[in-house]
Amino acid sequence: MPNPTAPGGEPVLSLRGICKQFGAVSALSDIDLDVHAGEVVALVGDNGAGKSTLVKVLAGVHQPTSGTMTFGGRPVALAGPGEALALGIATVFQDLALCENLDVVANIFLGRELGRFGLDEVGMEIRSWTLLNELAARIPSVREPVASLSGGQRQTVAIARSLLLEPRLIMLDEPTAALGVAQTAEVLNLIERVRDRGLGVIMISHNMEDVRAVADRIVVLRLGRNNGVFGPDASNGELVSAITGAADNSVSRRAARLGTDAEARP
Amino acid sequence: MSTDPAGKTALDRSDARVRHDQGMAGALRGFGDRVRSGDLGSLPVVVGLAVIWTVFQTLNPVFLSANNLVNLLFDCSTVGVIALGIVAILMVGEIDLSVGSVSGLASAILGVLWVNADWPVAAAIVLALLAGAAVGVVYALLFNRLGMPSFVSTLAGLLAILGLQLYLLGSTGSINLPYGSPLVNLGQLWVMPPLVSCVLAVLAGAAMLVSNLRTAAQRRAAGLTPPALGGIVLRAAVLTVLLLGVAIYLSTDRGVPVMFALFGILVVAMDYALRRTKWGRSMTAVGGNREAARRAGIDVRRTYLSAFVLCSMLGALGGVLSAARLASASQQAGTGDVNLNAIAAAVIGGTSLFGGRGNAYSALLGIIVIQSIASGLTLLDLSSSLRYMITGCVLAIAVIVDSLARRSRMSHGRA
Repeated sequence: MPNPTAPGGEPVLSLRGICKQFGAVSALSDIDLDVHAGEVVALVGDNGAGKSTLVKVLAGVHQPTSGTMTFGGRPVALAGPGEALALGIATVFQDLALCENLDVVANIFLGRELGRFGLDEVGMEIRSWTLLNELAARIPSVREPVASLSGGQRQTVAIARSLLLEPRLIMLDEPTAALGVAQTAEVLNLIERVRDRGLGVIMISHNMEDVRAVADRIVVLRLGRNNGVFGPDASNGELVSAITGAADNSVSRRAARLGTDAEARP
Repeated sequence: MSTDPAGKTALDRSDARVRHDQGMAGALRGFGDRVRSGDLGSLPVVVGLAVIWTVFQTLNPVFLSANNLVNLLFDCSTVGVIALGIVAILMVGEIDLSVGSVSGLASAILGVLWVNADWPVAAAIVLALLAGAAVGVVYALLFNRLGMPSFVSTLAGLLAILGLQLYLLGSTGSINLPYGSPLVNLGQLWVMPPLVSCVLAVLAGAAMLVSNLRTAAQRRAAGLTPPALGGIVLRAAVLTVLLLGVAIYLSTDRGVPVMFALFGILVVAMDYALRRTKWGRSMTAVGGNREAARRAGIDVRRTYLSAFVLCSMLGALGGVLSAARLASASQQAGTGDVNLNAIAAAVIGGTSLFGGRGNAYSALLGIIVIQSIASGLTLLDLSSSLRYMITGCVLAIAVIVDSLARRSRMSHGRA
């Protein structure tokens, strides 16, 4: 059970005072974030809290206006997505970005095929199966187009693809948003297996249940600022008030109203 | 479930829920499943070709004579090369409506430089191809930098390039290429000796057999399930017998045109490039999901550039071959139904208009269908008005089959 505030060891990724401004809008101000190896950090916050901006900064899509980023003990500046990948920061976007007309092997190796003028299909297929088996994934065939896979299986393929380059940190944007109960459980298992491989994991989610199920620490953002770090044992009320910024919020009022309604009923 | 000698389940056969088709019966069952779900491949075109040939043969027994088929192959090669370029551009989900004009421009450049300006023929051909490449670069720039839809830019190009062709040809309007020159002989006379064409047919089958056996051996060595040996041998045998039959039958007349062999080599090369190289994979990926390809680190703009340039260059090469076939560079070259025939051939052969799905062989199969219709209608002494109407209907049917198959693939989860 890691301490929510001060986990031991050198962090893989460390952000200090990250700001990002789009014109007059401060999307992020003074963000601090640490992610250790073998740790799942959940990033939660309301719409517009800056979660996606932060992920894009980490993926090299946006450049921070100010602040320092340390990766693996060295200060880094990411000029583009390619640099983030090369450093070992992999991102699984919410829409997964898979080519439905290509098979699983082709998707996993997309842009990084083995063999330029004669694709090494056998080598790629073996590596794909190895990756998928490490994730204990249940994919019927890697030679079927991705279009024939279920949502959970596609998520698995997208995660396997992000693991291909042996990253040290993997970011998952809403990995369970579009999934059913069983598929969500499979993806949560998958996240734990990725963590057990010693990777740092950043997971964005709106689903508090999922967050508490796998996260070692829960980092709350509100209006572009840090608004608390919690352990997985934090209560729903604590999290919601940190996310919405007040103990008296629409969620607590609803809970109170339902509570009094229940008492009022005989 | 397949196991290797050690009794360990093969790496790709560990999921018990999936039916793994084994051997010949399994291969046939898998094929049936694919067709039912809308993954038709080359099936419609083969069926269509059988119907077309039966109809025309019953209407006119000359149709399937060796002499007519040799002429058919001469005609196929010119537009077929253009259709091959269309396959490339359709793979990335774009279109080039100006390939006919590009082919006409190439033939005009060839005529002007070679005949009027006395350039060496090789230099004239190279310049014609470079002109094609330049047109492709312009389309790619318009598409990549200005976001101009290829449909519109190439439609504008169709007119502009036709104008350039007419300007180059000047008031004479037509330049005759010298009879007896190697290029015109290639387009009109040269055929392969029977022995050579038979050897080539056997070599093609043997190459297919060896390459598939090697893949099977690699997969077995790596612990993956190899494809069934019976299927490999059967496919190679069918291909060899088919090609050998064609070669022997056509050799009873003049023989297989050298120009058609050239076209065949281009088709095989394109097939390899599309299926077995990094470039081909990026073409398919861009055609399937452009944003996904971009995020995977593929240089999407360069991929579009390569597709546009390849399409226009093959259009120009087709124009050079057409000029050789007709022994002239005229104002009519590349006009009329050349555009439509090339696009129709690619689509009829099974390359999707929606991008990301197709293969080089669709140009070969499709152009044989188109030219069979043209040749059959000519033999029946039908006017070009009827020919246009019938070819138009066939194209419409092909696109309908493509759309329906696409819908069925989606509902069966095969995109």
